[in-house]
Amino acid sequence: METPGGDRLVEYKPRAFCRCHSVPTKPATDNLVEVDSVNFAYDSRQILKGVNLAIRRGQVVAIMGLSGCGKTTLLRLIGGALRPTQGEVRVGGKSVAKLNHDELFALRRKMGMLFQFGALFTDMSCYDNVAFQMREHTDLPEELIDDLVLMKLQAVGLRGAHRLMPSELSGGMARRVALARTAALDPMLIMYDEPFAGLDPVSMGVIGQLIRRLNDSLGATSIIVTHDVAEALQLVDYVYFMSDGVIITQGTPDELRVSDKPFVHQFVHGEMDGPMPFHYPAEDYARDLYSSEA
Amino acid sequence: MTAVISFLEQLGGRATGAIHRLGFASRFLLLTLRSSGMCFRRFSLVVREIYFAGVLSLIIILVSGLFVGMVLGLQGYDTLVRYGSSSALGVLVALSLVRELGPVVAGLLFASRAGSAITAEIGLMKATEQLAAMEMMAVDPIARVIAPRFWAGVISMPLLAAMFSAMGIFGGYLVGVRLIGVDEGSFWSQMQAAVDFHEDILNGVIKSVVFGVAVTWIAVFEGYDAPPTAEGVSGATTRTVVTSSLTILALDFMLTTFMFRGA
Amino acid sequence: MMKRKALDLWVGVFVAIGLGALLFLALKVGNLATFSAAETYLVKANFDNIGGLKKRAPVKSAGVVVGRVEDIVFDTENYEATVAFSIEKRYEFPKDTSAKILTAGLLGEQYIGLAAGGDTAKLKDGDKLKITQSAVVLENLISQFMFNKAAEGNKDTK
Repeated sequence: METPGGDRLVEYKPRAFCRCHSVPTKPATDNLVEVDSVNFAYDSRQILKGVNLAIRRGQVVAIMGLSGCGKTTLLRLIGGALRPTQGEVRVGGKSVAKLNHDELFALRRKMGMLFQFGALFTDMSCYDNVAFQMREHTDLPEELIDDLVLMKLQAVGLRGAHRLMPSELSGGMARRVALARTAALDPMLIMYDEPFAGLDPVSMGVIGQLIRRLNDSLGATSIIVTHDVAEALQLVDYVYFMSDGVIITQGTPDELRVSDKPFVHQFVHGEMDGPMPFHYPAEDYARDLYSSEA
Repeated sequence: MTAVISFLEQLGGRATGAIHRLGFASRFLLLTLRSSGMCFRRFSLVVREIYFAGVLSLIIILVSGLFVGMVLGLQGYDTLVRYGSSSALGVLVALSLVRELGPVVAGLLFASRAGSAITAEIGLMKATEQLAAMEMMAVDPIARVIAPRFWAGVISMPLLAAMFSAMGIFGGYLVGVRLIGVDEGSFWSQMQAAVDFHEDILNGVIKSVVFGVAVTWIAVFEGYDAPPTAEGVSGATTRTVVTSSLTILALDFMLTTFMFRGA
Repeated sequence: MMKRKALDLWVGVFVAIGLGALLFLALKVGNLATFSAAETYLVKANFDNIGGLKKRAPVKSAGVVVGRVEDIVFDTENYEATVAFSIEKRYEFPKDTSAKILTAGLLGEQYIGLAAGGDTAKLKDGDKLKITQSAVVLENLISQFMFNKAAEGNKDTK
């Protein structure tokens, strides 16, 4: 079974890349990511209201909830693209918002993010997409990059497609190439923004398995933002459930499946009516029918 | 009464919004210029963009230049021959092109062909989160995507304007000398006597550089600022063409008063 | 990446054609070719009225361009215009050369015409021309014409 991480038998030393995979120094805390009482508002609209979570190293964690509950904002805060209006986001013990430009970029080189629908660079081939980070951040010679790119693509099953342009790929294939690109520099934290959105069942299963494989072989930590209940609960170690900017429940997938909290229950079992109402707010039905529509 | 107040409020809101936007655009330009050092070290990126902005505009510029020059030749002859000055046709064609039509028309064509393409491309990259992805990969999208396109536009514009003028003069020559029969010798000699390198040609080049900066700045900014939807990108593309065209004409007027005052 | 060579080629061609067009404009269309880096010497002349003479206007003798007007200033001492112009070093003029402001064609631009005198001594850098004729001002011409016409009319009635 070929995996991206397993191919580290090659002695390469990427520039500014810590050797944290070879000799793990005892980390101060077991948590890689800590979100501490974070508030976030955008244009006077409060998106996150006092969010607390901690993600342990090596875990695959899902953050679930409806669209607009703040999941993607949370990812952006962890990646340093946004700053919390209150509270602190810590990655590897360091507060992300307090990093200067160079430190932030150094941190980002150890993170990978898979965007919704892939976000492959459309003006270059799949090969160049995966090679992008290697060419930008390391001084590796082209022959070595060639081997690495093909290995990464092999791990996602698309080595034969390396010459294709993103526009020539199907949705599932594009997502897999994007996954290979995300894993290009063997990141220690990988974030997924709706990785299952819009995929057929086979591709969904493939992506799910690749996420797990990648996480375990790299010894990395993964955060998946999704509202795909079936796939997520099958795949992850821990779940945070968000609604309207706060975390309303958390636990292992099994705990969530049997949760009796009404909203969680409705979400997990896909019920038509519950805390999230079926009917859009409207006037009294009888009155509407019998009144004359002027 | 309330209708008037709300109308004024709207107007004021739009005005402040426009000034807001201008400020944002200026800061954006500054960021682009600051990232330019890095983009010049990877000059292959700029070369690639010169291909897409400049080389692919070549056909439309050359063909338009030829036609404009030919029309100038026809109309110019028609007017000059009434005063017995048909031998000054070369002067008329050359000065019109080099001073005004070259930079302006080439600028307008460039804005509509290359400017809109740049806006659409950047807008699409933003809508499909490619720029955000680049940022998350610790690559500055402004240095890698925006700045090369900006400099490609600034470099290509004067070259395209010069080619437009040259083709136009050739077109005027074809119509005037070959077709109509104006004397070839006086066509060129009067032209050479009347067109001054500093006053006319250099000023024309300066104009085209200024237009290049303006058009590319607008194109790049509109793309970057476009709402990440299909309508957003198409609106931004239209705005690029309209704003660039108006800006070119306004700048042309300002520059002409500076340069050709009392000539 | 595969198409890099073709891309570079096309961009190179594009830039070459662009520079070529600029060169064509500069040399064949403009007067850069005649723009000599030749050495010149500076000479001054005073005029009552320079008319429409501008800087960089040509200085001609016998119809041939021999120099350029460099500077035009107003002399507050004798309320005349002092025109400084350069003549190419290879053209020597005698000290009693006269300068006239002439018009090219009927309504063309104005230039300085030099008519050589007979002096054996030659003009040097910084010299001043003694004999000058100002530009013809259209209004003076018209008033002169009308005055003459009126005078003739009076003579007839006498």
